[in-house]
Amino acid sequence: MSGRLARGGRLIDRSKRLEFSFNGHPMSGFAGDTLASALLANGRTLVGRSFKYHRPRGIVASGPEEPNALLGLGDGADFEPNQRATTTELTAGMEARSQNHWPSLEFDVGGINSALSKLLTAGFYYKMFIHPRPFWKHVYEPLIRRAAGLGAAPKAPDASRYEHFHAHVDVLVVGGGVAGLMAARSAAARGATVMVIEQTAHWGGRASVDGGVIDGDPPEAWVERTVAELSGMPNARMRVRCMGAGVYDHGYALACETVADHVRTEAPRHRLWKIRARRIIVATGAIERPLVFAGNDLPGVMLASAVRDYAVNWGVSAGDRTVVVANNDDAYRTALTLKDVGMEVAAVIDVRSGAEGPLPVAAREKGIPVHVGRAVAEAKGRGKVERVAVCGTAGDGSALDEIACDVVAMSGGWSPAAHLWSHCGGRLAWDEEAACFRPDAAKPPTGADGKGFVLAAGAANGEGLLASALADGAEAGNAASGDVPGGNNGEVGSTGLAPRRNESAAEYSGATSGGAPGSSGSEYRNDPGGDVRGGEGAEDGNAESGPRDGGGPSGTGAGNAANDVFGGGGGAAGHGGDESRGSLGPPEAEAPEEKAARPIWIMPEGAKRSLREKAWLDYQNDVKVSDVQLAAREGYDAVEHAKRYTTLGMATDQGKLGNVNGLAVLSLASGRSIPRTGTTTFRPPYAPISMGSIAGEARGGTFQPIRRTPMHDWHGANGADWEPVGQWRRPYAYVRPGESVGDAVAREVSGVREKVGILDASTLGKIVVKGEDAGRFLDMLYTNKMSSLKVGRCRYGLMCTENGFLFDDGVVARTGEDEFLCHTTSGGADRVHAHMEEWLQTEWWDWKVWVVNATEQFAQIAVAGPDAGEVLRNLGGMDVSEEALPFMAWADGQLAGIPVRVFRISFSGELSYEIAVKANMGRALWDACLAAGGEFGIAPYGTEALHVLRAEKGFIMIGDETDGTVIPQDLGLDWAVSKKKDDFLGKRAQERPWMRDGSRWRLVGLETVDGSVLPDGAHAVGEGWNANGQRHMIGRVTSTYHSPTLGRGIALGLVERGPERMGETLEFPKVKGGSVKAKIVPPTFFDPEGEKQIVRPERAGRTPPSRKPEGATPGVAVALRGEVYEGLCAVRDLGPVGMVAVRGDLSEGALAEAAAELTGVDFPGPLRCGFSGRAGLAWMSPDELLVIVDYAGAADAVKKLRGALKDKHALVLDMSDARSMISLEGEAARDVLAKLTPADVSPGALPVGAFRRSRLAQAPAGFWMREAGVAEVVVFRSVSRYAFDVLRLAAHPEGSVGHHA
Amino acid sequence: MLTLRCPYCGAMCDETELSPGGEAHLKRRGPGSSDGDFEEYLFMRENPMGVHFERWRHAMGCGKWFHAARCASTNEVFGTYAAQTTEPPKEIREAVSHGRPGWIWRNFR
Repeated sequence: MSGRLARGGRLIDRSKRLEFSFNGHPMSGFAGDTLASALLANGRTLVGRSFKYHRPRGIVASGPEEPNALLGLGDGADFEPNQRATTTELTAGMEARSQNHWPSLEFDVGGINSALSKLLTAGFYYKMFIHPRPFWKHVYEPLIRRAAGLGAAPKAPDASRYEHFHAHVDVLVVGGGVAGLMAARSAAARGATVMVIEQTAHWGGRASVDGGVIDGDPPEAWVERTVAELSGMPNARMRVRCMGAGVYDHGYALACETVADHVRTEAPRHRLWKIRARRIIVATGAIERPLVFAGNDLPGVMLASAVRDYAVNWGVSAGDRTVVVANNDDAYRTALTLKDVGMEVAAVIDVRSGAEGPLPVAAREKGIPVHVGRAVAEAKGRGKVERVAVCGTAGDGSALDEIACDVVAMSGGWSPAAHLWSHCGGRLAWDEEAACFRPDAAKPPTGADGKGFVLAAGAANGEGLLASALADGAEAGNAASGDVPGGNNGEVGSTGLAPRRNESAAEYSGATSGGAPGSSGSEYRNDPGGDVRGGEGAEDGNAESGPRDGGGPSGTGAGNAANDVFGGGGGAAGHGGDESRGSLGPPEAEAPEEKAARPIWIMPEGAKRSLREKAWLDYQNDVKVSDVQLAAREGYDAVEHAKRYTTLGMATDQGKLGNVNGLAVLSLASGRSIPRTGTTTFRPPYAPISMGSIAGEARGGTFQPIRRTPMHDWHGANGADWEPVGQWRRPYAYVRPGESVGDAVAREVSGVREKVGILDASTLGKIVVKGEDAGRFLDMLYTNKMSSLKVGRCRYGLMCTENGFLFDDGVVARTGEDEFLCHTTSGGADRVHAHMEEWLQTEWWDWKVWVVNATEQFAQIAVAGPDAGEVLRNLGGMDVSEEALPFMAWADGQLAGIPVRVFRISFSGELSYEIAVKANMGRALWDACLAAGGEFGIAPYGTEALHVLRAEKGFIMIGDETDGTVIPQDLGLDWAVSKKKDDFLGKRAQERPWMRDGSRWRLVGLETVDGSVLPDGAHAVGEGWNANGQRHMIGRVTSTYHSPTLGRGIALGLVERGPERMGETLEFPKVKGGSVKAKIVPPTFFDPEGEKQIVRPERAGRTPPSRKPEGATPGVAVALRGEVYEGLCAVRDLGPVGMVAVRGDLSEGALAEAAAELTGVDFPGPLRCGFSGRAGLAWMSPDELLVIVDYAGAADAVKKLRGALKDKHALVLDMSDARSMISLEGEAARDVLAKLTPADVSPGALPVGAFRRSRLAQAPAGFWMREAGVAEVVVFRSVSRYAFDVLRLAAHPEGSVGHHA
Repeated sequence: MLTLRCPYCGAMCDETELSPGGEAHLKRRGPGSSDGDFEEYLFMRENPMGVHFERWRHAMGCGKWFHAARCASTNEVFGTYAAQTTEPPKEIREAVSHGRPGWIWRNFR
């Protein structure tokens, strides 16, 4: 039985005992153990039941390829199923449970499936459970799902935290074995920024276990030296417990770092690295292949390499008496290792006719019996291995002998772990000699520059021997750093801006020369020809060729196979040798020579059927040799078909162990060669990563940005029942104690109709359009004519797509001779703004128009109802009489001492004023309105009341009455579609015959005969049936409400020839049977003459106009009110800041002069900013400048800038209230930013003085380094709470990364 | 996950900072155009397994629309260029020719 050896275990600390439990049994291990090594140390061989046959299974491997040891860990909110024991580090108190058995692991009723395995072959489900049809869904599938499967899904929400981190490097090295370390060191020595990641907690990979000599020392010593050297280099970053999960286009890689797994802590459990690398070196090693013999899934049958890993790394013996079965020399290391630690090796069974290499010779010398020309016919035992039957290699498996043992250490050779090479299209070539698929250096995945961006090195490249792995790593490192082109497409067709490529490397290497730890590195930097940093040389053919092109054409010589990945097809002339480029050669290394292996895919090669039915290919999905052979016989002989028919390689291990054996068996069965059979596609992730790590901070309160208006908190405190509108949250209704939501809506509607209501309309889009062509531009965008609108007046307008369909509406106000303010729908502001910019930039780029989305600069409050005028008069400061401010007019002024712009527009049909106010004064005005309206019973109303009010008036709602297929004419809005204009967006499309067809569905009102409310979306049925045998549809309900005003159900709908059918009654079937009858009526249910929206004369003079308010001017209220969070760095809201947006020609001298005068800062170039005290300038785009001043000085700044640009085509807007500024103070500022933004924030890419607009998690943001250790971030006001929250999560004190240290 | 350099601000953009805008160099057809031309403008699009010219907007950045010449099968990027043009500029066409001799896209080559 397995157990802990008295001595040894290079990774464990025997002084630190860790208690844990398995299936409730208390056990103990040591610090440094994996869960698998600890289980073996406790004599646990059986750890689970297989997926399909419920066969007993034990630990097979020692790494991520482990198919069997999948356990459930933790409890409650910490529970996680399917965790690999071999990659899980043991922690104190860990609770592990085995899966897929009932009632217990030792006695599993499902084991009957194993006895029935003859029936349960590949394709069994498909053949067996096909009839009767409905049974699959309701009977078979639920039963099968219960019987088969792995762990159970967790029931509680995951209590752990997760985060992301964005890194930008020249060279990413995946794998910290000797090849990876060598590659990293070579690349780093040449000045490239390098990040090397290792999935385990330890550097060095297999070399420390497998032995050999590097530079005269054991590999471990070299690993230690190299790690120390790399750690001291400012341009190298090292990270253990960080698994390279996937490689994607343009040098993008994902890696999952285990930060604090299975321990209760505030630290993030996993950190998902999103890495942009110019070159990626895949040094992921190789995975040993099992041998395919009967009974090879019995607990105790393990990979030979795993058996010696457990002995050397963790001081664990897998059993007392081992038989090694092999087709190669490497497996003899296991025999020798076991002998060294005092365990018994019963025999080595070698399929080759001779074994004369140094390792077999050494084994014989130690007295280990070696049987050549022999194979294992069957491993036998009840629930675990007890003996093996030995047979000839080629025969049918008739046993010659039996050997007692409790461990079978098998080795069928090694498969390069080429997954990451393949993810983005790298091809594999079959290496006949080594009997493995290895990366085809001639066909690498190609990047933006059209060149290969992934290199394989070491065992992952088929170079598994110590010396060749080191040499291969050195070559890969040199090649990857020698061809750092810097930027993928900046050279061509850009504006001639100096590409800011690869500045991080420049900075890092500059720093290195100060105190360079690596002499070879400094030597290199003296060579002017070897500028790895420079993009300058990248267009030069020689520079592209890289140092590795000294070798021959691609594919010659194994060690140089990858030479020409970047060598321009092998034809490029070499220039100089590696030495002149400062390359770092590999160290001297020695390891025993290994003789050729002999591939054997089925053991023995002529195995009889009874053996093939017990010979496993895929342990996790229970696929046997006979299944693949059956698939081939039944015609599923293409590799992708066979995979799906048998489920080979479709389990969570993705066939890491079984795939090559499986396709070799398929190749034998189909009579095609292995390379012709091919492989299935490797897809990310390499090994499963947690869903939490993918979500990162995007969960709970920061799942997505929630946009908040300046009155958000008031709504929350006053019963708001929230409704999402785009990313905004708007009150659906304000529910009072004792009310239902429906009651509240009815009360709010009546309040507006009878008294006065107040609505937070801040979410309405507000887009400023300015310039001499502004009118002409809006005439193209809106269906009606806007250029004829008079200054001071408003007009309702419709916007269509080029397809003719209505997509937004709103009121346009003319605010100046060449300036308009366009209101959009709440959800539509960003879309409409983008639409405007698109047409201006890509079609009418010679028109003189500037557009700014000023939505968040202003809060907007609608005061609506018969007493609305009284409320405004009570506020005082403006004449709002019918004469002074008629319907569809606007005026600037003051209310309650607050500067406002009042629009006389109505979406409710009542007398209504919409008051725009700077966002920071929004709450003050809201409070003032409530106070001023108190005597009239003013009450806030929500979006549902708004909808009912507008529906009573027959006003359409974008998204209700429109769905992307509706034209304005369908909605009876012909009056708003100009017939005089030659052109507008959508006009041509609306001329198409179907758009003019009289049988289109058009807007009508619907009144239920019984007064009930029609179901939303209900369809009206007409006579007859359509071609699909369905009732003929003639219309549908688009909006439906109970109208408290009319005391009945009302609805709007689109009906075939609707307006021609007034008075007809339609039938609307309900989902659960029955139907509702409704009469077609005009869509305006209430006050069709529009009399209510006029100021009632009898009230006009009741209170004196322009009453001056009492008391002081209310204060400014910013979104975050100076909030501070002290974490890895301080996150601080900087309070009110003056920000003025200037759109215009930035080369205008007058602008630079005025800006400099205001701020004392030189005019910044592209992607730059400058500061002097609190004042500053930032380059926002080629035609936008951000001027930062005191909040109080913003108005003055606007005045001065407008003055300076008086006769110029420019737009100057105070945007201070639309944004929030947050600072990050502390050394970790860059790390905190890097957790949230994909932009490169390394010192080279974002030095002090650089300005970058990007995203912060899911919200747009601009940021810069104010000084070393202080970053400042600008975000929109509405998402400042979200931004602060994600920054706070990123700055959590337990989440230190140190990447930019 | 592409990266493209914005030709306006010079920033190297992550795909998540950009929004895609479909095929480049469409000629707008307005009132008076034939049904065929209008259909072409509104609906007909190239779908090449090779060089493609497309529009992107640096949405999470300077806000500018730009064009990119990209191989749709390998994601090789031949260049990005300003949106204020009705056809791929000469240097872009040359860059494409360098990487994909004999390319044809719509009427451009």
